[in-house]
Amino acid sequence: MFVHDFANHRDYYNGRRLFQKAKNRVSMLAFRNANCYTLNPTETIMKVLLNAKQIEQILKKLTTRIVADTPDNVEIVIIGIRSRGEIVAQRLAGMLSEKTGTEIPRGTLDITLYRDDLNSPKGNIQPKVRTTEIGFDIDDKIIILVDDVLHTGRSTRAAMDALIDLGRPKAIRLAVLVDRSGREFPIQADYAGYKAKAAPGKKVQVLLKESDGVEQVIVE
Amino acid sequence: MKNKTSQFKWTRKHLLGLRELSAEEITYILDTAAGFEQISSRAVKKAPPLRGKLVVNLFFEDSTRTRNSFTLAASRLSADVVEFTKKDSSVSKGETLLDTARNLEAMGIDIVVIRHNAGGAPTLLSKYINACVVNAGDGFCEHPTQGLLDVYTIRKRKGSLKGLKIAIVGDIAHSRVARSDMWAMTKLGAEVIFVGPPTLIPPKVDQLPVKVSYSLDEVIEKVDVVNMLRIQFERLGGNPFPSVREYSHYFGLTVERMKRAKPDILVMHPGPINRGLEIESEVADGQNSVILQQVSNGIAVRMAVLFLVNQAAAQTAEVSGTI
Repeated sequence: MFVHDFANHRDYYNGRRLFQKAKNRVSMLAFRNANCYTLNPTETIMKVLLNAKQIEQILKKLTTRIVADTPDNVEIVIIGIRSRGEIVAQRLAGMLSEKTGTEIPRGTLDITLYRDDLNSPKGNIQPKVRTTEIGFDIDDKIIILVDDVLHTGRSTRAAMDALIDLGRPKAIRLAVLVDRSGREFPIQADYAGYKAKAAPGKKVQVLLKESDGVEQVIVE
Repeated sequence: MKNKTSQFKWTRKHLLGLRELSAEEITYILDTAAGFEQISSRAVKKAPPLRGKLVVNLFFEDSTRTRNSFTLAASRLSADVVEFTKKDSSVSKGETLLDTARNLEAMGIDIVVIRHNAGGAPTLLSKYINACVVNAGDGFCEHPTQGLLDVYTIRKRKGSLKGLKIAIVGDIAHSRVARSDMWAMTKLGAEVIFVGPPTLIPPKVDQLPVKVSYSLDEVIEKVDVVNMLRIQFERLGGNPFPSVREYSHYFGLTVERMKRAKPDILVMHPGPINRGLEIESEVADGQNSVILQQVSNGIAVRMAVLFLVNQAAAQTAEVSGTI
């Protein structure tokens, strides 16, 4: 009888715990909708930096600045770095074409072969080689090199080396949706959409409709 | 789908044959090769992933195409290449394969590309040295990079190998290409038919995942791809067929036979071609021929193989370094 009671007590206790956990989850979801939430100090904190509307506005601003900077007699081309830079480039190219009334050529660059960590892979990351698709001559053009996030600057370095192997552009300008802190190379963006300060361990992620189903920039 | 492929990890530091590879691994090599193709067509035909690596071409058998293709592939990935052929080496002085390889290893090689007349030589080598081993043809066993470039070429033209009927015609018994082709093609979902005179079909062929036909006329109308093998006179023992003319009459790919084939049939040949013997000149140079594409695709495929084995070696080196 006593043992039975004890078991019941334990069930009750566990039940309370599970209930509390479920309640926490619900409040977590509620907070997510409010753009920011913390569950408890030990949980990872996720914060939404930009929503779909803000992303759209930033891209529009970038477009205006790129058009303002470009002399009429020089051809510009858009090249996105795989894989999310490709999507951002696609949107920028569309907006630029609309604004200038001319079709802006767009290409995609795979930088895997130019990465500086190929022979010192960390953990389980094994980059997959994909195709570079640039169907036009880059000689004497102004290249708007597009990436989703500028962080260490290593990807940009790799991309510049890859581009130089394709020809001699008049200029390479860097456009990024998010410019976060943590540079390891002397590289800066010419067109930075949103400037984010993030601690070294944090991950700033751009999630886009085409690749992730949602449209936001988060830090976690 | 996209996520699934990106989570796949290549872990083999040797490429010894296609028999042991899974369909997923073969597809991964082909996908990787697609990324290397454009390097050969641009202004600077070089990329840096194997910078500072040393590749040795260890060829105990004659070869021009494969050896040059590997040399080109390695140098386009910025590796240094040492050529090592039987004629001008200590092998003619009686040095064993393992001693030769160990000596090369003492020079700090990273990848050995080996061709040997004994089947299994690359596998033996891989057990005794630390460098990556890539099989460039061993005996009558396998020629994996040829098999890969053949399926790459077919996949590029036809989209997929699933459900295709592929005839491999000629000297099957002495052909390592036929074997590697068979493994790669059947794993990717194609149906393979070996075609040749009974004397040139290997014994115990019923244990292989293929059909056999002794008449090219019977299969030519049905197949989507025909791969014509060279008659390897240097390997033939005895008299497998009465005369070259008779062989050519029954098993040569002539203009006449091509008229009965599907209009979009792919004509392949691993080279070197004996014009007028297994294939008529008009067919070899014709609309359906992808023989030269095979050669250029071969460089991309070999670049992918060298890149992947080196990646796998770098990862295992990391692991053993932390122990």
